[in-house]
Amino acid sequence: MDLGLPFMLELTPNTLTAMVLVLALLVLASIIQRLLVSRLPAGTHIELQQRIRSWWIMVLVVFTALVIGHTASLIFFTILSFIALREFFSILPVRLTDRRLILALYLLVPVHYYWIATDWYGMFTIFIPVYLFLLIPFGLLLLGETKGFIRAVASYQWAVMTTVFAISHVAYLLMLPAETNPAGGGVGLVLYLVFLTQFNDVAQYIWGKTFGRRKIVPGISPNKTWEGFLGGIATTTLLGGLLAPWLTPLHWPLGLLAGLLIGIAGFVGDLTISAVKRDLLIKDTGQLIPGHGGILDRIDSLMYTAPLFFHFLRYTAY
Amino acid sequence: MIKALPKVLFFLLIVRPVVYLMLGLNLLQREKLPVHGPAILAANHNSHLDTLVLMSLYPLTTLHRVRPVAAADYFLRNRFTAWLSLNLIGIIPLDRQGEVGKDKVFELCQRALADDQILLLFPEGSRGDPEQLQPLRKGIYHLARSQPGTRVTPVALHGLGKALPRGGSMIVPFNCDAVVGDPLEPGEDCDAFMNELQTALEDLLTQCITRSKKQEG
Repeated sequence: MDLGLPFMLELTPNTLTAMVLVLALLVLASIIQRLLVSRLPAGTHIELQQRIRSWWIMVLVVFTALVIGHTASLIFFTILSFIALREFFSILPVRLTDRRLILALYLLVPVHYYWIATDWYGMFTIFIPVYLFLLIPFGLLLLGETKGFIRAVASYQWAVMTTVFAISHVAYLLMLPAETNPAGGGVGLVLYLVFLTQFNDVAQYIWGKTFGRRKIVPGISPNKTWEGFLGGIATTTLLGGLLAPWLTPLHWPLGLLAGLLIGIAGFVGDLTISAVKRDLLIKDTGQLIPGHGGILDRIDSLMYTAPLFFHFLRYTAY
Repeated sequence: MIKALPKVLFFLLIVRPVVYLMLGLNLLQREKLPVHGPAILAANHNSHLDTLVLMSLYPLTTLHRVRPVAAADYFLRNRFTAWLSLNLIGIIPLDRQGEVGKDKVFELCQRALADDQILLLFPEGSRGDPEQLQPLRKGIYHLARSQPGTRVTPVALHGLGKALPRGGSMIVPFNCDAVVGDPLEPGEDCDAFMNELQTALEDLLTQCITRSKKQEG
């Protein structure tokens, strides 16, 4: 439907409704938080308030980029990847000799997103996993330091794979042919994936807080329980089936499967960054998002759900 | 105010974009930053960026009251650096080589403190290896004692030695931390004060978000 506004042409009525519903959900969260003021201890309450305020800002920033259009969205994801990569390099034990390679990797972030902007799918899939895979060790060879070589190669490669390659799959959803998904378009796919991923985090947290008793991985994340994990996955699976016909080209049975995939992958992504922080003995990866921590703390699950959902969708529907 | 204009523009257009957009700054306990002089900020020193980051913590309107104390032999070594240091950054040059009498070394600093300015001082003396705290020098104690009411606020910096280490010529983006501590008042005992400052800096360093307790602790 043409709404007459040039910058909104990429949004279908369903995606607009979805955005309004997300905002309504945030209003609801803010109201509940106000009602809980007297019931919660002060520390918990301030953290909850900070978290919800940060959610507002994150949602408004993402929505603004999506509403403005493809170019703005791609620029947004480029910046997101850069900030996440910088955060990763900042917590890793980096050798001073490698600074030049790290600068080069930052500069290659927009190059990778350029392949997406030009819809060069082949290059998008091999640029980091093949070319950078070979070039990172080569670059380190040129810098000449062999002490800690293996650890440097592996950790830099992993940093680029997770923060740039994996996250960029969200952006590539915008480039999938719109006619295959008349209901939601590219933006609908992004909303479906990002909403379910973040909702899954919140659902697992709430199920865990309410019914959690048996710890699932005490050595990595002592707050995670079987009840939170299973409750969260069940909620996300159901919601995945419910939302799929509305925002994606998937019918509800495949939507259930997509929801299940997002639920499990999100949990694993979350745990992975927890393990990184445990290894380095740090609490948060940064303080960019008050109440949440750093950007990696927020997009850890998306690093796992984005590529998996993208290829599930591409295989089944495109 | 006209005199402060180049400094304000330099910070607004160059330093702040670099500090806040290129580097990511994790700033903890900003509210403890002294807004009025006489005060001294005592920070650990790993990079030329340290000064610029500390100055970026202040609003542009108070910037002209914030004065880094810097080595005259290094920062006044040629006309260009001297102009940049004196006019755009507003350093107070300090003689490290003993050409001025011992009682005169801090004369300019004392005058600035008497004028209620905020001094930035790196009590380690010079930039060391990244994330290694060197022994602190006692000059800071004598300077603080010289002007009654001067409080010394410790600030721990972390990560800037990766962004621009000693001898490095280009800035590579990394997140960095600035943790502001409680102000200390120098008492009668010099050694006690120096210990207090050392402990405070070490403690603040452990609060840095990007600092792995395993690698460096």
